[in-house]
Amino acid sequence: MAAILEARGLWKSFGDFDALKGVDFTLNTGELVFVIGPSGSGKSTMLRCFNRLEEPTEGSVMFDGVNLMDRSVDINLMRRRLGMVFQQFNLYPHLTARDNVTLALRKVLGKARAEANEIAEAMLDRVGLGDKADSHPGELSGGQQQRVAIARALALEPTVMLFDEPTSALDPELVGSVLQVMQQLREAGMTMVVVSHEMRFARAAADRVIFMADGQILEEGTPEKIFESPEHARTREFMQEIGQ
Amino acid sequence: MSTAPEAGTWAHFIETFFRPDLIDQYAGAIGDGVIVTCEIALLVVVCGLALGMALAIVRAYRITALSLIIVGVVDLLRSLPPLVIILLMYFGLPTVGLTLSGFFVLWLVLTLVLAAFAEEIFWAGILSVRKGQWEAARSTGLGFNQCLIYVVVPQAIRMTVAPLTNRTIAITKNTALGTVIGVGEILNEASTAQSFSGSATPLMMGAIAYILLFIPVVIVGRWIETRFQWRRA
Repeated sequence: MAAILEARGLWKSFGDFDALKGVDFTLNTGELVFVIGPSGSGKSTMLRCFNRLEEPTEGSVMFDGVNLMDRSVDINLMRRRLGMVFQQFNLYPHLTARDNVTLALRKVLGKARAEANEIAEAMLDRVGLGDKADSHPGELSGGQQQRVAIARALALEPTVMLFDEPTSALDPELVGSVLQVMQQLREAGMTMVVVSHEMRFARAAADRVIFMADGQILEEGTPEKIFESPEHARTREFMQEIGQ
Repeated sequence: MSTAPEAGTWAHFIETFFRPDLIDQYAGAIGDGVIVTCEIALLVVVCGLALGMALAIVRAYRITALSLIIVGVVDLLRSLPPLVIILLMYFGLPTVGLTLSGFFVLWLVLTLVLAAFAEEIFWAGILSVRKGQWEAARSTGLGFNQCLIYVVVPQAIRMTVAPLTNRTIAITKNTALGTVIGVGEILNEASTAQSFSGSATPLMMGAIAYILLFIPVVIVGRWIETRFQWRRA
């Protein structure tokens, strides 16, 4: 398997606080990697360094053979190939579900409105919200909003999808619909990095699980290895805390 | 003993504020004033809001020098009474060889003052758009400008419609200040008529003209506020 995303020596400081302390991470094409760890361990920061929403203090990020840290790289062009889904959905409240999806299609990819609308409706269909194209985010449940957010990222035909705690802000009964869409993506062969505590989903779908603590990757391996026989004491501790 | 003086008081009241012959006589002049007031008000609202919005957007780029200049000028305009600026420009500038018409001075000063307040209100609106909105937009490849134009500013406008409407109405009523520099707006026409007639009737006519003019504005403002409400996600 070829590496599609490769981070080397990622370091991120916020003032005196080091959120990432030299993280090495490789993601292969077609892989689903789960990132777990206690809050404040740097999971989200790492994810956000991958598309430079967070500017790494040091280190490099290679994406599809391009060094994203290179100043000559058009980061906006690269970002649309790294789809991102946020904990708080971050849908545009003033736009309908359809327009949430079409905005970047029209303004970044330069598609005509009619074509963008067609793509948006196909994507909303794919996440099971074909009938909600005209709804504003405020009229949708959390789970529906998150699925629109997934459609928004998917419409740009990303090479990799980054999920930053996609179900943490959802009521328990709404989590399933979002995981189901992620499972479908998985089956369609999408390359994904998922920061989440949905352990059941991780067991069922992840190729690899990474455990992070204190801004470092402490351990990684198959879900069986990390969940059944973790090597590191911190990993075992964490598993006990979350009741695994 | 009680009814006669009351009838007299009432007649006196009508005589003072609503003399039919004076109403007839000065209706035309006050009508002209209404047109002038409308012209200035419209120009001030359009130009002031546009300029205020433009300044707030410039601030979003966070270029320190530019922001400092904007904040400085805005604070100056917000702290000075508009009347002081109007008098300074109208009576002061001719001594350095720059004579401006009363209409122009009134328009310029009110536009600048409205722009100053509008800039602060828009800026607060831009700041109150959640960081996640920027991040979501940037993560789909939108550049800073596109993010500002298509995602942040539309939300900022919706959030600031209420304070903006109030401020706009307040500034627009200041068109009455044109009376001190000879602009033929409502109050000027009314007080001129009052001087000639010695009656308060024209002033009452002016007041009624303002009410007729601004009540619809207040209603439209309220309509815009409800129209622009949307359930926040």
